[in-house]
Amino acid sequence: MKKLMKGNEAIAEAAVRGGCRAFFGYPITPQNEIPEYLSKRLPEVGGCFIQAESEVAAINMVYGAAGSGARAMTSSSSPGISLKQEGISYICGAELPCVIVNMVRGGPGLGGIQPAQSDYFQAVKGGGHGDYHMLVYGPNTVQEAVDIMYDAFDKADKYRMPVMILGDGMIGQIMEAVELPEMKDPAAFPKKEWATDGTGVGASRRIINSLYIEPDVLEKVNHRLFDRYKELEENELRYEEYLVEDAEIVIVAYGTVARISKSAVNALREKGIKAGLLRPITLYPFPAKAIAKVAAEANVKKFVAVELSMGQMIEDVKLAVNGAKPVEFYGRTGGNVMTPEDIVEFVEKEVK
Amino acid sequence: MATVFKKTKMLTDVPFHYCPGCTHGIAHRLVAECLEEIGCEGNVVGIAPVGCAVFAYNYFNVDIQEVAHGRAPAAATGVKRTHPDTIVFAYQGDGDLASIGTAEIVHAAARGENITVIFINNAIYGMTGGQMAPTTLIGQKSTTSQQGRTVPLNGNPIKVCEMLSTLDGPAYIARAALCDPANVAKAKKAIKRGFEMQMQKKGFSLIELLSTCPTNWGMTPVQATEYVKENMTKQFPLGVFKDIDKESK
Repeated sequence: MKKLMKGNEAIAEAAVRGGCRAFFGYPITPQNEIPEYLSKRLPEVGGCFIQAESEVAAINMVYGAAGSGARAMTSSSSPGISLKQEGISYICGAELPCVIVNMVRGGPGLGGIQPAQSDYFQAVKGGGHGDYHMLVYGPNTVQEAVDIMYDAFDKADKYRMPVMILGDGMIGQIMEAVELPEMKDPAAFPKKEWATDGTGVGASRRIINSLYIEPDVLEKVNHRLFDRYKELEENELRYEEYLVEDAEIVIVAYGTVARISKSAVNALREKGIKAGLLRPITLYPFPAKAIAKVAAEANVKKFVAVELSMGQMIEDVKLAVNGAKPVEFYGRTGGNVMTPEDIVEFVEKEVK
Repeated sequence: MATVFKKTKMLTDVPFHYCPGCTHGIAHRLVAECLEEIGCEGNVVGIAPVGCAVFAYNYFNVDIQEVAHGRAPAAATGVKRTHPDTIVFAYQGDGDLASIGTAEIVHAAARGENITVIFINNAIYGMTGGQMAPTTLIGQKSTTSQQGRTVPLNGNPIKVCEMLSTLDGPAYIARAALCDPANVAKAKKAIKRGFEMQMQKKGFSLIELLSTCPTNWGMTPVQATEYVKENMTKQFPLGVFKDIDKESK
């Protein structure tokens, strides 16, 4: 049965059903409903909720808990995610599985509290120091966010890396009807032999660490991480194509903006303009090959990247298109969200 | 022939990397002996810091996590909440705990987090080459206070035990000095008491150990232990600052 739920609360419930038993966070708008919900919900299932003294502490609590084998997560919004970057880098270096939700708000600095997509670079290019990536999703509905969250810990465990759900203020705050999946049985989760559960002695001792003083050893670690990112590309890449087959104008957009763009595509089609939408669902890995394939089609004349930023994802679109076709940009910032009509108007000008 | 001394099984056989005369080695041994004596072999998670003890994960014969600078109490919190019946200890230096990690240590203490923190105070940043620490004494020279630390420029040294003992969360807070056999024995007693508090689920415990850094202090090992005894103990008085068992009596 479908239930009407606010995005943040639905994600929180999906986390619990997906096996989350430890949450560490710090208040920041617009994601507060996630910690609020989990502060009540986690104790009901024998889990742990702590409101940490800072985002810095929260992510390091995640490090400790994840390193000890827990399905641990944190959530925050842009300025808070910046504070977590140190910990995220260490988590990636130590190869620990966890989930991080970022309900993006406008920036830089304190920015605003309204929806934005201006943390794209930070999410997909690294964010903290060192060579690393995470598995990053950009859900466009509350249901999709729930489904991604539900399986996020399985993915994190499989690849021993953080999964980031890059939402925006809209996904967090909107209320939609959702189908909540069944509670997963923690007893069925694979055992983490590498985790410091305290039982290690002598040869069975486990060390969670990201320090490799020997250059050759660190280089090997760097390559191991990047081999895993190749696996992500083979196994986890997800995107949606909508009316792309005969399209002359292909909009590339993710998250809330992709829904608005889909309405724009429909409106443009009614006006006789052959528009289509390519929606990355995984932002890292990015569907570059899919975009390149579309760019090679003779009917495709132009790409338009639409974002709630000054233009971040467009760089990955351009890399994928590789000069084969022009790539234009339309964006709003500051917490302003474009309407389908805004996109229609922009595209109409472009085809003239 | 009777065995009069045997290395504790809670230390590995990896040789310490510490400088000659550094008291990290003594501190490691005391912690490991206490872990053995409380009988928690195979039920311990350690947290190693950033600083000279960054390689502590090579030495303690336990499951262990190496964490970011200053964040040991936060990581220890994550471990302890995941395994409440496992002994969890953090091993931190003065830059780690009393400078970059002040928020984490204060709030772990305030929560009464049931962990034990071993705080090595040698009044200097050792690993990075002898910079001024939050616990550097007034007048003490370092590579970033070359004329000696002054109050107008740098403020006064932070007294961690005194500060944390004002909180309600901690169960046991003590300061000892690794400067001579009698004080080393007292230090061991304090460490053991901290672990016992944790076993009894009484809450947060912290043992500060005044330590030496002959290399960065520019002293011989003997001079360094004398400096601890004569100078450091004046700024950082030894003793038990909090013991909830004694308070309730």
